[in-house]
Amino acid sequence: MTTTTPFDLASAPADARAALDAYVLALADDALLQGHRDSEWTGLGPILEEDIAFSSMAQDEIGHALVWYTLRAEHLGAPTPDEQAFRRDAAGWRNARLVELPRGDYATSLIRRTLFDIAKAIQYDALRHSAWPPLAVAAGKLRQEKKYHLLHNQAYVRRLGTAGADSHDRLQSALDALFPAALGLFEPTAGEAALTALGVVTPSAALSAVWLGAVRALLAQSGLSAPIATVAAVGGEGDGAGAGAGAGDVLRTTVAPDVGGRRGEHTDDLGAMLDAMQSLHRSDPEATW
Amino acid sequence: MVMMSELPLGPLPDVPEATSDPEALIAFEGRIARGERIEPGDWMPADYRRQLTRLIQQHANSELMGALPEGMWIPFAPSFKRKLALIAKVQDEVGHALYLYRAAETLGKPRTQMIEELLNGTSKYSNVFNYPAETWGDIAMIGWLIDGAAVVNQTIMATGSYGPYARALKRITYEEAFHLKQGYDVTVALATGTQLQRDMAQEAFNRWWWPTMMFFGPPDKQSVHTGILHRWGVKPKSNDEQRQEFLRKFVPKMIELGFDIPDKDLRKDPQTGDWIITQPDWDEFKRVINGDGPMNKERLALRRLIYDESSWLRTALDRHVPLPAAA
Amino acid sequence: MYGDPTADADPSVAFGHDMPFYTRDWHFDPYHQRLTVARRGAPDAVHFDTEWGNWEVFIQEKRGEHHTHAGTLHAPDAEMAIMLAKENYARRGPCVNIWVVPEDAIAASAYEDADMFEHTTDKMYRDPAGFQGLRKKAQAGKERVGDEAAAGGNP
Repeated sequence: MTTTTPFDLASAPADARAALDAYVLALADDALLQGHRDSEWTGLGPILEEDIAFSSMAQDEIGHALVWYTLRAEHLGAPTPDEQAFRRDAAGWRNARLVELPRGDYATSLIRRTLFDIAKAIQYDALRHSAWPPLAVAAGKLRQEKKYHLLHNQAYVRRLGTAGADSHDRLQSALDALFPAALGLFEPTAGEAALTALGVVTPSAALSAVWLGAVRALLAQSGLSAPIATVAAVGGEGDGAGAGAGAGDVLRTTVAPDVGGRRGEHTDDLGAMLDAMQSLHRSDPEATW
Repeated sequence: MVMMSELPLGPLPDVPEATSDPEALIAFEGRIARGERIEPGDWMPADYRRQLTRLIQQHANSELMGALPEGMWIPFAPSFKRKLALIAKVQDEVGHALYLYRAAETLGKPRTQMIEELLNGTSKYSNVFNYPAETWGDIAMIGWLIDGAAVVNQTIMATGSYGPYARALKRITYEEAFHLKQGYDVTVALATGTQLQRDMAQEAFNRWWWPTMMFFGPPDKQSVHTGILHRWGVKPKSNDEQRQEFLRKFVPKMIELGFDIPDKDLRKDPQTGDWIITQPDWDEFKRVINGDGPMNKERLALRRLIYDESSWLRTALDRHVPLPAAA
Repeated sequence: MYGDPTADADPSVAFGHDMPFYTRDWHFDPYHQRLTVARRGAPDAVHFDTEWGNWEVFIQEKRGEHHTHAGTLHAPDAEMAIMLAKENYARRGPCVNIWVVPEDAIAASAYEDADMFEHTTDKMYRDPAGFQGLRKKAQAGKERVGDEAAAGGNP
């Protein structure tokens, strides 16, 4: 995103417009479902203090979704945020599968938040420079709220990962289970290439590379591991260890990402989740709640 | 969130002033008579410490258990606004439990022990949280009626004699103002909405009328603890006085929103302005306190399950050695 | 993944989420609370574990202001205490800085000695209010000095 030419929605070709809508929808759906899953812990947290902190992050995330849905409503012809969230069937959702998976135990939720927040912090950080000003402004605001999330998650992961076999193993199991679906956060949305060419968004592959590095650094401090390897870029020499990697080396994952979410291919968990989320809203199509 | 002066006493905390001290008692009562607050380090009668610990602990338990019926509805909240407000409200309730357990801790009982007494059933909580929340209408009624009753109760209790409890209640009452608005807002949306919504609201109203009447405890003439609690400024107003304050504030709003009040004999005394109510079923009240309410077993079992499942995290961090400096 | 909250749900009440919403039998299942699981699976006696230590929390609302006491929380260490204090005590009002202090690091005077803070003799000289009527005094003094000068100064 080095272009300085602002992206003008009014004069943009239809395919770029559709691609932008798909991109913002994915941002919105990711945030809402992550927030929804985390809000399932509200009142049920492991200790009072953490219950409160985790609830706040769930609220932040749902608030972020509201920003993205509002952006679609104001600029891209989408209906109201409530209609987008509460009246859309599973096939229309573009979230990564990571955020639709069941809540699981607290280790699972902490690891999901950790992987998710690092990804979104990187993405929002990059989107601040988007050629489409509304996207850049929104990303800048939301990026700010990611700081606390990162602080919170790091505090737990670093401690629990090094606090003995039991808590270490719980985190590692959660990480093993969630890692492929977390890679799915970087599945490109439809038409992403058209947007990257216009400087509206950063390529998902580039975000993914930054994410792998950040995740690996945190895990190294926490006694945890993920299938991330250093490979020598063409002309470079990788040594397989993070700190000593040559400038030309790149990080790669050695597992297959669990993708499909950006194309509307979801697990059954999404259907069940949406049934819960939408059932009351849809029980009376005439009602205002 | 509630006065439960009829509840059985919990175990006595280990306190220094178990023996009587007539001079100290005179000084203590003089301080209360002058309207001065009692603070944690002060001499206090063993019974004051015991009654207050029990009261604050039960209040804290109520906030914690109160997070469950409303928390049930978080994934189902029907719009962004409702979803966010409900999460924030339940979050506040957990926070209120935290403030209140802290106030009780200043009387000498550790929070872990209080949680233990909640989970093993030896320390009680408000009956209203042993009733089901069957529909979104119940969320409206809990937010409007139960929080309304709680604000009345807590505003009065915030004038009480024990400093840490009064301070906690001051903050809680401030936060509850948002809860009350939120509950009223949900109620107004239903009561002025579609037929389905209006029915939902009225049915929930019918379910919550009687528990709300029970919220402040039995009538004064049946109350056994009120005397000494009043004298020591623990309970500045009686059950009946609190109930009247609630009715004076809320009955006109109920009528305004068109609710059909299930107490057909409810009437206003033209002389005193008091509302004369049909007494709720106080036997049911006692049954629910003693563990035989519609949701007692489930809700406590849920709290035990959560506590048990999250034990690993608390113990891991407690044992955790300081982290090495980040590379 | 372990701990699937829906694992114990009664399949007879599962949603058919492929059906159009208007033909569905809407059903409320608080799946996340697992009440039915809890009822069946909750231990009768819980093993009570540890309690993290108490930390006193001080909030500074803006630069240039004092930190003021906001409350107390339980946390395993200082860094966690600050992290948790943010959402426990600064989730509504403004805040730019948090202090946390272990509860047992605080020393306090005794309330029974509160009388030592009272003043039983006049200490108004410590207070601006103890210095009143200065302009009048100055004027009166000036006039008096002027009169003496007019009367011939030093003998």
